[in-house]
Order: sequence, then C-alpha cells, then structure tokens
Amino acid sequence: MNTADQYLKTIYVVQKQEDGPASTGSIADSLGVSPASANEMIGKLEERGLAEHEKYKGVQLTDDGIVRARDALQTYCIIERFLANVLAVEEFRDEARELEAVIDDTVAERLDTIIDRQPECPDCFDPETDACACLEIATPVEPEQ
Amino acid sequence: MVAVSVSQRIASDDQLARLLQIGIVLEEVVEARAHHHYQSLDAELDQEIEDLLADAAEESAEHRQRLESLIEGLGVDSVPFDEIESLVDARYGRTQPEDFDGVLYDQLCNEETAYKFYDDLIQAIEESDAEFSLDRTELLDELRAIREDEAEGVSEVTEVMERR
Repeated sequence: MNTADQYLKTIYVVQKQEDGPASTGSIADSLGVSPASANEMIGKLEERGLAEHEKYKGVQLTDDGIVRARDALQTYCIIERFLANVLAVEEFRDEARELEAVIDDTVAERLDTIIDRQPECPDCFDPETDACACLEIATPVEPEQ
Repeated sequence: MVAVSVSQRIASDDQLARLLQIGIVLEEVVEARAHHHYQSLDAELDQEIEDLLADAAEESAEHRQRLESLIEGLGVDSVPFDEIESLVDARYGRTQPEDFDGVLYDQLCNEETAYKFYDDLIQAIEESDAEFSLDRTELLDELRAIREDEAEGVSEVTEVMERR
C-alpha cells in the first residue's frame, strides 16, 4: 500500500471517529508523522481530487477519495486477518501497521483467498480497537491455578 | 510518486522473516491452485497446460524451500507450515476452474502477484538501512533470482495465452 493510500485510509477512519472533517493534528497523530508532513501529503491529495481541505475545519475526502480509502482499509483488514488467523500473530495490529507499506493490494487479494472475510468489510473495521470487529482471535488459555 | 514515507520500510529480522513467511504462503497458494487445476481438468488436459501446471507447482515448492532457508538464517522461529499447507489445500479442494482460459488466467495472476510481492520486498530491503543477520547481498541476490523466475513465468503463460 503506498503512502497516499495510507493517508486516505487514516483520513477516512478519523472522519468517521470525529463525525466530520478530520483535523490535520489527528491525522498526523494516527500516522505518527509531523503535522508538516501530513499537510504536505494532504496538499497532494487535494491536487489529485481525492480530498478537500478547509482551513480551521479540517480534511474531507471526495467521493473518489472515499472509494480509494475503503479499498485501502479493506487491504489493511486482509493483512490483519491474515496475520491473526493464518500466521497466528498475537501482535497482529502492530505488525499490520509495519507491513502495510510493503503489501500491495494485488498481493492482499491473493491472501484474501485463504481467509474468511465478512461481506460487510470494511464497514466492520472498529477504530477503537484498530481491528475488524468480526475478527475472531484465538485467545490463549489461561493456565489453571 | 510520493515524497514522504509513513512507515520505516523493514527495520528488523522479525519483520523481514514475517515478509518471507508471507512469500511462502503465496507460493503455497500457487502450488495448491496448480495442483487442483491439474486434478480437476485431468481428463481434458492437453500436454502443454499439464506441463505448465506441473512446472509451476515444482517451481513454487523450490521457492518455498529457498525462502525457508533464508528464514532459518535469520534465527527467527518459523510458523508450522504443515498447518498452513492443509489450510490452503482445504480452500482449493473446493474450487473448480471453469475452463482452460480460467486456468491460464489464474496462473497468470499467480505469477504476476508473486512477481509484484518480490519486487516490493526487494525495494523495501534496498530502501532500508537496517542490519539483518543475513548477508544483505546474498539475501537480495536470492530474492532477485526468485523474482526473475516469476517474470519468466509471466512471459511463459502470456505466450501460451496469446497463441491459443
């Protein structure tokens, strides 16, 4: 997933969380980048007609931006689900964030063929837990006292 | 092209190992699909497609072994691949390609996806300044050789598709 798609996905999720335009600060925080870097990329997204930025209000995705953001979120869900359910990775959220830049959507589509993703994806993505709400995670059995 | 990079590309042995494991699973998928196409079309298969699928399965098995050797060199615990093999196999036991075109198209997607994966992985390693337990030159040489195989696979399937 390229950097632009990572931004689009983040703006989409922040917009949902804030129920309105996403502030540059929240976008920068979510991505762990400086507000200056975030502003630079938001400018590029605006030039490409994927987002609109209004001073003091924040960023809103255009219809084209939303389509791409949802695709990117879906790719992210595939990576999380694949790590959690196929490779049994406990820290799947952290690893998905680390790996998303290297996993292309065509590769994710192939990985998607061996996971059971729900038809409502990516609406099932829960920003609070940073994971798919339908994701069943095998919890380790507590040893008996 | 984008100027800023959000995440550092590959920073540790663990991350590299995880990506190599994903490569192994992709190879496993190619092998399983080729095997099931081979079985389900058995009666109607012509020699050319039969050879193509057999070669694809053999090449994937070889790539898997090479990736496993790289992971061993990183000293990271590997995932039990017999479990993944049965999972992937179970998924493809249920699929039926519709016809020869479907088989060839699927094979083309397999090769293209694998090529894209190795290409991105190589680029990510090249852009990373992390020190890995493996010799960087040997690691990149091995991955570039595997990528080359995938590129040849794409040309081979494309050539068969264009001719038919």
